[in-house]
Amino acid sequence: MADKRTWREYPVAATIHEPGSATGQNTGDWRSQRPVRHDEKCDKCGICWIFCPDAALFMNEEGFYEVDLYHCKGCGICARECGKEAIIMVEEGE
Amino acid sequence: MGKRIGLEVSLAISEAVKLARVDAVAAYPITPQTHIVEELAQMVADGDLDARYIMVESEHSAMSACCGTAAVGARTFTATASQGLALMHEMLFIASGLRLPIVMAIANRALSAPLSIWGDQSDVMAERDIGWVQMFAETGQEAFDLTLCCFKIAEDPRVLLPTIINIDGFTLSHVVEPLEMESQQDVDDWLPTYVPQVILDPAKPVTIGPVGFPEIYTEIRKQQDMALIESYGVVLEVWDSFEKKFGRAYKPVETYRAEDAEIIINLIGAIAGTARIAVDRMREEGKKVGLVRTRLWRPYPFEEMRKALGGAKAVAVVDRALSFGGPGGPIASELRSCLYPLENKPVVASFIAGLGGRDVSIEDFYTIVAETEKVLDTGYTDEYKMIGVRE
Amino acid sequence: MAEKSTDFIPRLLPPRELLAEGHRGCQGCGEALALRQVMKVAGPNTIVCSATGCMEIVTSPYPETAWRVPWIHVAFENAAAVASGVEAGIKILQKKGRYPEGKVNVIAIGGDGGTADIGLQALSGALERRHNFTYVCTDNEAYMNTGIQRSSATPWGASTTTSPSGKESIGQSVPKKNLPKIVAAHDIPYLATACPSYPLDLMNKTRKALEIEGPTYLHVLSPCPTGWRHAIDMAIEMGRLAVETGVFPLYEIVNGRLKLDMVMEKRQPVIDYLKPQGRFRHLKAEQIEEIQKDVDSYYEELVYRAECDAKAPGPQAEEW
Repeated sequence: MADKRTWREYPVAATIHEPGSATGQNTGDWRSQRPVRHDEKCDKCGICWIFCPDAALFMNEEGFYEVDLYHCKGCGICARECGKEAIIMVEEGE
Repeated sequence: MGKRIGLEVSLAISEAVKLARVDAVAAYPITPQTHIVEELAQMVADGDLDARYIMVESEHSAMSACCGTAAVGARTFTATASQGLALMHEMLFIASGLRLPIVMAIANRALSAPLSIWGDQSDVMAERDIGWVQMFAETGQEAFDLTLCCFKIAEDPRVLLPTIINIDGFTLSHVVEPLEMESQQDVDDWLPTYVPQVILDPAKPVTIGPVGFPEIYTEIRKQQDMALIESYGVVLEVWDSFEKKFGRAYKPVETYRAEDAEIIINLIGAIAGTARIAVDRMREEGKKVGLVRTRLWRPYPFEEMRKALGGAKAVAVVDRALSFGGPGGPIASELRSCLYPLENKPVVASFIAGLGGRDVSIEDFYTIVAETEKVLDTGYTDEYKMIGVRE
Repeated sequence: MAEKSTDFIPRLLPPRELLAEGHRGCQGCGEALALRQVMKVAGPNTIVCSATGCMEIVTSPYPETAWRVPWIHVAFENAAAVASGVEAGIKILQKKGRYPEGKVNVIAIGGDGGTADIGLQALSGALERRHNFTYVCTDNEAYMNTGIQRSSATPWGASTTTSPSGKESIGQSVPKKNLPKIVAAHDIPYLATACPSYPLDLMNKTRKALEIEGPTYLHVLSPCPTGWRHAIDMAIEMGRLAVETGVFPLYEIVNGRLKLDMVMEKRQPVIDYLKPQGRFRHLKAEQIEEIQKDVDSYYEELVYRAECDAKAPGPQAEEW
């Protein structure tokens, strides 16, 4: 969506006043594979979460780490690092 | 009414910075600005100035640290000259792009190579495009007064631009001049504490200095340009209020016997003193000569300059800087642009003098006027003429 | 203490992401992860002064910002100078009652280029002046953002776009500049090497660096799939291999005393680290052997130094 504001409408010096506004960016669109969690193997250790460069995992109510598909870039670090092999990368579109 | 004292002009600037209750100074020494920063260091050491003094390791870091202090809301000052200013070049655009109201004094000095510690205006003339408010002082009083004004102008929410006060290196920075020193109480009354618009504060996180894609870069530049253009009104307001408070008036352009002059000398800075003597002598000899000294350099005072110079037959511009192989000295080439829209334009002759600390004498002004008369008679022979060069 | 990756409980860390999702870092970016982990410790009372580089570009494309703390970018070579100004400005303004009270972490961030090359002067000045701030160098061993050009932190034998391997060239032909050593020469109270593959170690070191008064420095190896040319899911593994082969030893220098965080008597062979990376693909066996020798001798030097420092007279390196 092109930004069509006039010069008066921008904040002075293009300073960004909304912290974390990057969350609006759909970086999940980049991926060609996505992580799928197998709950029965997961011990909720959080290693996947602490190793995600994009903070694209979050703890759900049950304590499992869910993937934020809007942001996950599908790098596969979580799947590789999971000590219980509880995360498998599957091709997008499967 | 201030207290009349004699003071070296560099120290007068330091006094103004102290009276302005500057919060932070980040500076690197360079001739001929050293007395300004040494005096400030002593003031801080003695507890007379309550500020943090960052003794940076280069001028580039000086301007960088100034961006840091200004970004958290500190009233910020630095000073430099010549090579130091040139080293800051990258940072100057950034300071104005980030809209940080830093005040900087420059003791104008020639640029290398060859190395010169002596005065001319090549350092600041190489920085015309940086988007800062820029003004030039002729006397110690002006240096003191305009420094105080710079803070008020820079920090005005309608401006928010860094500001330069220029003084001629050595010929102004190192001379003792009589001036009225104002009291802390009076300055406090006139110059309030800096209230920043946007700062780095964990309570309200902002991102300063992002990437500007082509989609927005032009608009941000326009925004910045308009701020500089419209700062003209704020400069006049501040000078007006300064006059009301302290009794000394300043205008963007200062004229001397120019109203009916046929040939007007246009220049910037301390050599105006010599020029005035030359003008008086030539007037006694029956020549209709006058002087126009440009005080406000950015934003350029187009209307005032057209009014002051448009009616003359010829303008003899004296530049203490040169754009090699280009269209004359900086002041001359900008004046030509300024006068271009006029139906009847004066001849504009460009003279380069006073480079690298060389004196500009009364005789030089006679030569300049004589050369200008030649141009009036027989037309231009050169893009610009260097005065006093041994050929 | 460098730990095995399952020795701590990540879910006890603060969940709030101060480096938000949606930044434009590459898939599997080690640098973004390093900063995310640093911010977990730094918390919201932090001001970040960033140099130009990958992390600056990908986190601040107007109008998007990934930062949930105050952040300023000024230029490429001056993160440390800007941080000096921020720190000094806050000090004087708090004294005058014009800035909110309380501790504010001032963190300067620069890549290897923005720290070891163009930023070295500003870093040295800020350290020498003893500003109270923490400098975090995210080292991905080249100018990655502009297209993988070599920096002084590029290791010997690595192929980059300005030190490419070829018939006449081994790639980078000089050894990696030892930036922690240069920083240590400034006699600052604390510096450490770290790697996001060891998050507990990195975060503990961040905590120490932020708590100590005065200038502190963290050198964080940041594996880069794009520039190192390894698989996009391998950044953590590469960091682990860098450490466990001894290529990137984890240590701290506390008040001038060296403390090795992982003393490995037997290290994995460096070829395990070099092989998965395309930037080393051209290396011949004898060149790999040379790397192995250099890694071994430097590691042994560190072990020896750590032993000496542990026995040296005067205050010991404190246990935290």
